[in-house]
Amino acid sequence: MRLEPIANPSLGRSLGPPALAVAATVVIASLLAMVAGANPFSVLGLILKGAFGSQFAALETLNRATPLIFTGLAIAVAFKAKFWNIGAEAQLYAGALITVVLGTGALPWPSFALIPTLMVGAVLAGAVLLLIPAILKTRFGVDEVVTTLLFNFIFLLFISMLLEGPLKDPMGMGWPKSARVLSEARLPRIVDGLRLHWGFGLAILCAVAVWVIQTRSTLGYEMRAVGLNREAAAFAGIPVNTVLVKTALMSGGLAALAGFSEVAGLKGSLTLDLSPGFGYTGIIVAMLALLNPLGVIVTALFVAGIFVGADSMSRAAGVPTYLADMMLATALLLMVLAILLTRFRVVRD
Amino acid sequence: MEILDILISASFWAAAIRIATPLILATMGELICERAGVLNLGIEGIMVAGAFAGWMAVYSGTGLWVGVAVAMVVGMGFGLLHSLLTVPFGLSQHVVGLGVTLLATSSTYYAYRLALPQVTSPPKIAAFQPYEIPILSDIPLLGQALFSQTPFTYLAFALVAATSIMLYRTPLGLAVRAAGESPAAVAAQGLSVTAIRMGAVIVGSGFMAMGGAFLTMSAFDSFFFEMVNGRGWICIALVVFGSWKPGKALLGAVLFAAFDALQIRVQQTSLGADIPYQIFLMAPYILSIVALVLVSRRAEVPAALMVPFNKGER
Repeated sequence: MRLEPIANPSLGRSLGPPALAVAATVVIASLLAMVAGANPFSVLGLILKGAFGSQFAALETLNRATPLIFTGLAIAVAFKAKFWNIGAEAQLYAGALITVVLGTGALPWPSFALIPTLMVGAVLAGAVLLLIPAILKTRFGVDEVVTTLLFNFIFLLFISMLLEGPLKDPMGMGWPKSARVLSEARLPRIVDGLRLHWGFGLAILCAVAVWVIQTRSTLGYEMRAVGLNREAAAFAGIPVNTVLVKTALMSGGLAALAGFSEVAGLKGSLTLDLSPGFGYTGIIVAMLALLNPLGVIVTALFVAGIFVGADSMSRAAGVPTYLADMMLATALLLMVLAILLTRFRVVRD
Repeated sequence: MEILDILISASFWAAAIRIATPLILATMGELICERAGVLNLGIEGIMVAGAFAGWMAVYSGTGLWVGVAVAMVVGMGFGLLHSLLTVPFGLSQHVVGLGVTLLATSSTYYAYRLALPQVTSPPKIAAFQPYEIPILSDIPLLGQALFSQTPFTYLAFALVAATSIMLYRTPLGLAVRAAGESPAAVAAQGLSVTAIRMGAVIVGSGFMAMGGAFLTMSAFDSFFFEMVNGRGWICIALVVFGSWKPGKALLGAVLFAAFDALQIRVQQTSLGADIPYQIFLMAPYILSIVALVLVSRRAEVPAALMVPFNKGER
């Protein structure tokens, strides 16, 4: 078989394959739930109800989407320039770490000064953490996939060490948990009485900012050029390594904001289970959004909906919760294939 | 002084070879994939799936070697999925690989929960036992380190030799290497790049799953979540460290495992008492990165690694 580009894809060609991919994901998930003894026809309904069925559920989904928007943006920025940052998990924890180091009393400032300081600190921490793999890549030619992946393990052990040592909360009853951040460091709620904090607003703002940078600035143009063809970009006079380093700084900073927002907006302290893999899930969010920063908002809501909905569905129908991860993996693989098929047709030799 | 004592003890080297075995198997698998031009980031998840499948098969009553075969077949299944998406369709090997890892890991955990809904601690199986090779196992130090292992370890070493012979001494190996260096030349010979690459990924994934199975069937006798714990990613680094050559990759795996065995033992000495244990656990990962920095400059990367091949495209 062979792939042949389609010059002018019809509307059906553009929408058909992605729609089929979504449908197939739902069918597969229903069959898997049936294997676990649930009624397959109730699965989709239960997921939707669990994710958006009540005000509480919808707010939960928005809260879950917030860190995913940040990590999704981090991945989208990096992958656009073909810089394979698989270390968003570590960068997220770097942001969370700075937030608790500076936010638990080291800076006794009012909110209007403390919150922006924590934000900047988190961004810098994430950026610096990704700077190391970026320099190893540009200076020594070390593949960033491996280094960023290994950094996740190293940095989580580092956090574990701090939580059992200098950062351990004396009031934590022996749990490896940091002290709570000051109330001045907490992100306020968007609407009084509703459990949704300004981290969500910040995430939307970041998505718009990344979109503006990507489509309206020289740096955005250079990042795209480097991603499309590194040799050609270098030939055109674009400083490829500098662009890659700038990309890494931006990507690391965005991922770190997820950690900042989870601590300052939601949890209040740092634990080793702050992130159930938000850094890795960001890859799915970014890919489903075709690396478009505004699309990331939509796909983060979709992915968060699957997590929250599948969690509640699992409890209601007695299905193992790993079904959510299986659905996301299936959706990812089918969607990348579907998107290819919107632009190419398969021809027999 | 204490460290020196550790380094000259036979039990230390026996442990190093034991720790190296799953890495050796999975590294060979990844090496075969990459030699044919495909980066397989599914490795971490495929190892998890292999660890579960082999153990589950034996737990349900099959023999140990049948369990190994079951693990391999499951790994090959995920390899088929990976290669189908990355080779004929030419999709991003990074994205598909990570997707396969997520799919393999989550479906393994799902299957585990379905198969054993009630258990709090996973049941044990009768795992592979050490087999002392007559005469050879009497050699001081070397005998206990190399020739008093389980048959699964001997199989791993045999597979390294087989991979090396296949790659460098057979027409098939030439075709595999050429598919990773200049696929157009392979196609010009009338061979199918698609078939060679898919075959390499499927077989390589089978090896990865065997690496995972070693954990549950020889190193330990039970299946735990998080038991693979980044070993797959280490193997990706080992392939680079070994410059895509089986012998060098084997050496890298043994060195890495020796370092890992050393950090476990130093933790228990007086030296280790004052240092947080996390530092020791970090050390192997840091070592991998340092090793990559040292070798990456002169690494001979297969020229067509991660480059999809579409016939008729020039």
